[in-house]
Amino acid sequence: MIWYIVRRLLQGIPVFFGSTFIIFTMVFAMPGNPVLRMFGDRTPSPQQIAALEEKFHLDQPFLARYFLYLGDVLQGDLGTTYAGQSVNEILARTFPTTLRLALIAVLIQLIIGVLAGLVSGLRKGGIFDNVTLLVTLVIISMPVFVFAFVAQWVFGINLGWFRPTVGAGAPWSDLILPAIVLAGLNMAYVVRLTRASVIETNQNDFVRMAYGKGLSRGRVIPVHVLRNSMIPVTTNLAADFGILIVGATVTEGIFNVPGVGNELFKAINRHDTPEIVSIVTILVIVYVLVNIAIDLLYGVLDPRIRYVK
Amino acid sequence: MRISRIAAAAGGVAVAAALVLSGCSSDNGGNGGGSASSGVVNVAWSEPENPLIPANTNEVNGGQVLNNMFAGLVYYKADGSWDYDAAESIESEDYKTWTVTLKADQKFSDGTPVTSESFVNAWQWAAADPELLNQWWFIDAIAFEGGTYDGGEDTLALEVIDDTTFTVELAEPRADFPVALGYTVFFPLPEAFFEDPEAFGDAPIGNGPYKLGEDGWVHGESLSLVPNENYNGPRKAANGGLNFKVYATLDAAYADLLSDNVDIVDSVPTSALATFKDDLGDRAVEQASAVFQSFTIQPTLEGFAYDEEGKLRRAAISHAINRAEITEVIFQGTRTPAEDFTSPVIAGFDPEAVEGSEVMEYDPELAKELWAQADAIRPWTGTFQLAYNADGGHQEWVDATVNSIKNALGIDAVGLPYPDFAGLRTEVNDRTIKSAFRTGWQFDFPSAANILGALYVTGSGSNDADYSNPEFDELFRAGLAAVDQEEQADLFNQSQKFLFEDLPAIPLWYGSVTAGYSTLVDDVEFGWDSWPLLYAITKG
Repeated sequence: MIWYIVRRLLQGIPVFFGSTFIIFTMVFAMPGNPVLRMFGDRTPSPQQIAALEEKFHLDQPFLARYFLYLGDVLQGDLGTTYAGQSVNEILARTFPTTLRLALIAVLIQLIIGVLAGLVSGLRKGGIFDNVTLLVTLVIISMPVFVFAFVAQWVFGINLGWFRPTVGAGAPWSDLILPAIVLAGLNMAYVVRLTRASVIETNQNDFVRMAYGKGLSRGRVIPVHVLRNSMIPVTTNLAADFGILIVGATVTEGIFNVPGVGNELFKAINRHDTPEIVSIVTILVIVYVLVNIAIDLLYGVLDPRIRYVK
Repeated sequence: MRISRIAAAAGGVAVAAALVLSGCSSDNGGNGGGSASSGVVNVAWSEPENPLIPANTNEVNGGQVLNNMFAGLVYYKADGSWDYDAAESIESEDYKTWTVTLKADQKFSDGTPVTSESFVNAWQWAAADPELLNQWWFIDAIAFEGGTYDGGEDTLALEVIDDTTFTVELAEPRADFPVALGYTVFFPLPEAFFEDPEAFGDAPIGNGPYKLGEDGWVHGESLSLVPNENYNGPRKAANGGLNFKVYATLDAAYADLLSDNVDIVDSVPTSALATFKDDLGDRAVEQASAVFQSFTIQPTLEGFAYDEEGKLRRAAISHAINRAEITEVIFQGTRTPAEDFTSPVIAGFDPEAVEGSEVMEYDPELAKELWAQADAIRPWTGTFQLAYNADGGHQEWVDATVNSIKNALGIDAVGLPYPDFAGLRTEVNDRTIKSAFRTGWQFDFPSAANILGALYVTGSGSNDADYSNPEFDELFRAGLAAVDQEEQADLFNQSQKFLFEDLPAIPLWYGSVTAGYSTLVDDVEFGWDSWPLLYAITKG
């Protein structure tokens, strides 16, 4: 098992070099000189352009820039933005917020999604089941930003249940509404997945046997049905956690969450190569780690899927 | 030129929004700002792109904070007129050598005195470093004697006479020199700055109405200011402090405004332009601002040189654009068709006095005729393209404008999108651009010289059109040196005659502020530069 983990982690190294290189190439390919953007409609003097290009290594050829950047990263320095801020500090500031947002979203998915899925599955074909199927269909087909604006307008501005945007320090209570929006799409899948899984498990012999032994529904459903239905749901949730962190940009923008997605969006607008590459790289690493964790979780949940060396 | 939060500042004219500053706010004594109201005003903001150093700040977010933390020699009132702030007097006999006298006993918020050297050293430092975004000022916008492009030490002809007096020598006489001195780049710096510029950029020490609060600048979240008890100038804080809150999007800030979570939003998002007056009622602000929008045609573009043919084609294009309809339909009336090359909020604005401005009237018949005359000189083929940056919300008006040209002239005209601003400016800067392109100017200080000088004088820094007309240059210089303000305005207006003849840029419309404030604040007024006068706002 240890060897398996080490091997998976080592596989992360080429992923790191590959992803930074690809992202660096893409940002490099964006047309235009970022220095000129800093001056707006005013034209800087050639001396100013030269001085700033030198400062940010923009005068260097592509490969030299890439290795200059890599050299810094390998020393633990993710570089500075064109505005002179440390990318390390930006990530330290924004990442925990995004992490908390994703965590709440996963909890919401887990609690509401699994409960609704369980009830639907147990009462297959009933009114609750049909309503749930319809509602999840609507959610799945609705773009995130529409869902976000509607939620902000209804619950934030009109009803005043939540603050329309996230306040200073991003308190947990302010993160609930954006987390619900963020959770929405995948929650619909969790409901459907749980439902299908429960229906399937319910028909298994060991469930009928449990009832036959005279066990109550209160014991059979949580212990026998739910536990065995949770394998696909849990792996889905774990994978989704990575997606949530990476994909929060739209939601973070609308609810003004001071998170990583927000920062990335601004960096792309600014052509801020060091910032874009560093943030995306970190996101790639997070995604890789989450995936490794999922693979390990498989083995824990179901011994039949254990990895033999 | 200041870079506004959105690539194009929202537009329109000051029709409504007669915001009356009720007299109760300014007189107050006591310490700690001793304000008439104690509430802290929340201001929608975004993270400044650079450290808060005056000479390195050329966008609104950093500029607004610095403007409230520092007192320059002069400050601007809401209507664009100026008055002394840190200076006692700024005098000159020949408009070339100026003597600045400071008010006695002024202090920075750290307790160190504000002296002549605070100004002289700050300016010298800024002029020496080409990496600074505003270094340009000492070289191009206001050329000091001795100012050079290559920097070095002591480049400016400044001389300290005593603690409260210093002299300035300019490269050429200009009567409006004091007007420029309210701009960020001319703010003084305390000694603490030179000891550690980096730490200063994160926590500046100023001499203005506010100083950094205890929480200071929390990156990505907020920046809080409290009244500065050391400040004794005319802009004393009427509230308990300012809290600049970072918003990722204008939409998010607007959502908070509707629920009173933020007090001042200085730019309404495009999505709310149609409804913000209904949403906010009296609290909606719409007034003219010092933003001039145009598009520029490089003389290297075939058929558009500054010769007979080019002039005819430029005039034809100008006549072909239905500015009134576009401002009404596309911008919902939040912009006003241009009538000259400056702005209605700039002193001396008088389109009646500008000869040749009738070239901006929509007249498709005449446009067609002029185009035909140009074709008689040399036939024209191809497509008229108007380049714009697609990241700045320009597509709609560009499409409308090229359609107007297409319909009036019967030629092919299309918009040419560039993915982003940097890409467009690179081609403009390299002169490799092969089409007309959008341009704009937001004034740094309220004088027509700021735009005419920087954009159209031969060889000036932002002369994207490579325009050069000795007659225009001469009149402009005469205007700069004119003793009398009226005479100056008159000469500037006369000089514009040549701009209308040659049309290096096709004027389109003036911008305007579209803003709003919460139910919790009073005495909100927006200035000529589209910035709210934050120190005057009262709350609670």
